[in-house]
Amino acid sequence: MTTSLADVASSNVTLRTFLHGLPGVDRVGADQRAAMLGTRSIKTTAKAEAIDLAIRMVDLTTLEGADTPGKVRAMCAKAVHPDPGDPSVPKVAAVCVYPDLVAQAVDALKGSGVKVASVATSFPSGRSSLDVKTTETAFAVAAGADEIDMVIDRGAFLAGDYVKVFEEIVAIKAACGAAHLKVILETGELSTYDNVRRASWLAMLAGGDFIKTSTGKVQPAATLPVTLIMLEAVRDFLATTGRKVGVKPAGGIRTTKDAVKMLVLVNETVGEGWLSPDWFRLGASTLLNDLLMQRQKMATGRYAGPDYFTLD
Amino acid sequence: MFEYAPAPESRDVVDIQPSYGLFIDGEFADGTGKSFKTINPASEEVLAEVATASEEDVDRAVRAARKAFGTWSAMPGSERAKYIFRIARIIQERSRELAVLESLDNGKPIRESRDVDLPLVAAHFFYYAGWADKLGYAGYGADPRPLGVAGQVIPWNFPLLMLAWKIAPALACGNTVVLKPAETTPLTALAFAEICRQADLPPGVVNIVTGAGETGAALVNHPDVNKVAFTGSTEVGRQIARSVAGSGKKVTLELGGKAANIVFEDAALDQAVEGIVNGIFFNQGHVCCAGSRLLVQESIATELLEALKRRLGTLRLGDPLDKNTDIGAINSAAQLARIRELSDAGEAEGAERWSPACSLPDKGFWFPPTIFTGVAQSHRIAREEVFGPVLSVLTFRTPAEAVEKANNTPFGLSAGVWTEKGSRILWVASKLRAGVVWANTFNKFDPTSPFGGYKESGYGREGGLHGLEAYLDV
Repeated sequence: MTTSLADVASSNVTLRTFLHGLPGVDRVGADQRAAMLGTRSIKTTAKAEAIDLAIRMVDLTTLEGADTPGKVRAMCAKAVHPDPGDPSVPKVAAVCVYPDLVAQAVDALKGSGVKVASVATSFPSGRSSLDVKTTETAFAVAAGADEIDMVIDRGAFLAGDYVKVFEEIVAIKAACGAAHLKVILETGELSTYDNVRRASWLAMLAGGDFIKTSTGKVQPAATLPVTLIMLEAVRDFLATTGRKVGVKPAGGIRTTKDAVKMLVLVNETVGEGWLSPDWFRLGASTLLNDLLMQRQKMATGRYAGPDYFTLD
Repeated sequence: MFEYAPAPESRDVVDIQPSYGLFIDGEFADGTGKSFKTINPASEEVLAEVATASEEDVDRAVRAARKAFGTWSAMPGSERAKYIFRIARIIQERSRELAVLESLDNGKPIRESRDVDLPLVAAHFFYYAGWADKLGYAGYGADPRPLGVAGQVIPWNFPLLMLAWKIAPALACGNTVVLKPAETTPLTALAFAEICRQADLPPGVVNIVTGAGETGAALVNHPDVNKVAFTGSTEVGRQIARSVAGSGKKVTLELGGKAANIVFEDAALDQAVEGIVNGIFFNQGHVCCAGSRLLVQESIATELLEALKRRLGTLRLGDPLDKNTDIGAINSAAQLARIRELSDAGEAEGAERWSPACSLPDKGFWFPPTIFTGVAQSHRIAREEVFGPVLSVLTFRTPAEAVEKANNTPFGLSAGVWTEKGSRILWVASKLRAGVVWANTFNKFDPTSPFGGYKESGYGREGGLHGLEAYLDV
């Protein structure tokens, strides 16, 4: 099955035929399902478990032009010990930085088990030549990145040049070597849920290890319905090809409530097989402190002020 | 494994009295019949003792309604509207209490009573309040007149919502009402009686008489009732039609259904699965318009059934007051017996029965979500209304066959069509003999939309502009 599916990318006509032959997504129905799952009430022990799981799934991210080596080191310290006063708080999954800061992050996280992810491929727009993109990827991998978060060429996708998008992902995957590849679809620019499903399949067929909603630079980013559709895609892809792909919503997940809704979505769409940092990540920066605050509230019954949580 | 901890909605918001009387002429009064108990079907716990209205009690209620009719019908529509708007607002304010009470007495999940029933109840009162001073623009002449006293008998599946469907248009048009709630679910109707007092509704405009079938018969057959509105089984609907024939009473009947939910091969599959689940497992399948016959195109039948079974595995059955419950309790022992009897018949007739692994609580009335495959049109489970969480799956090859099978039923209340092709939706909808046809959705209700059936599903329409006709002398 895997080999015959790979053949669909042999030309733009076959790839287009395949992607447009996927079942459609009814927007109203998908929104309704996501909204319903958003009403799940996760309390007490379930909430405590969900908070710890969410912390373990966080890709702690800083992607600003103003990022400095010092800022990255501080964030790495936070990734390993999110709450310095409470050693029972688990580590986050990874930190996510720009390629030129990978070396600092790798150094700061040595031996901690926290992974280093780097965006690449002319993030966030992806507007450059394939050469530049593969070179940038190779640069980040050489600096020690465990994971690469690439962006797809949305312009080519929207123009119907699916093969171009496909081949680019294949090339970046090759440049990754042993590093894991997360493919950012930038769903906020794809405009329809049908496109989100097609782009998900395209990224998976091309060899992506994870599919990721957004760069965080475009709104809307990681909405519940978009994450739902991507979860359905990885579920169907596993059933069709036998290969399991992870999902990473990123952008706009700021509160514990947002994160718990995501976990409910995973639980009731693809099940516990994806409820681990190996298969589901939350790309976020401010989320972590809210998780810590809610965690402390569960343990002590009181909210501490924001000054009791570090800003890194 | 991500287990959700219990998240029960608090019962403290409701104050259930040990016993309830009848609501006649603005006052609560004892009934002269033998009182009965109403229970929580999820635990079999007795909630309250409720009066039975005898023939004399019903007569008192009708006389009170008759007396009130004079002033109520003479009141300017804009004044009547104020009362109805006030009722709608009080319902919204007390919606959490009413939702909990509904779930306790009926067994439906709080998520449903909170997110579906109560918002619709308020919406119906708001909608018809808006009509009260605009009846001259409804298309029935400049000053259409009300009918008089309406005798209304409602079922147990949506106790407060069915009350709203009946009472809101009746009052807006200037009628007064005597309403009998179902004997297993009287509590929210009695809470509504309190709301009428809270809203200072003139005495006698709304009267609530509780009791079983005899009370309903006394109301329907009362000579001074001008209009009979009934929602319930086709069997009782037939009796009512017979008994009021020739009496000059205007009648609307909302009866049973056996809706076809038709899924074409080009449907949006994940949403179709949700629609099937919502179509038959919403409110434990206690829905007259439930999509109880799934007609799926052969080319996707295997794939769809697999997806449907996977989805059913995630349904959460249990405590109706838990905010995460999807499937609540069956409303009564009698209904549970009927569901069991028909399901056993399905098996005996050769259909294959499937339910997800699902543990049922020890106490109360429960039935797991169930699918029958290999169902033939001739099987009882494809012909008769189960009124429970039981789905019959049939397949078809061509659109024409789908339409033929969908219409091949004595009922005709609702139907669903799932396809990404707009032209096919229109073609199928024009061929289906069903009062409501949903496209790429199911069990969607709105006060602006008329609802009612073909054939044995009854006659007359409730809701929307069309719903006014049933309460006007036109």
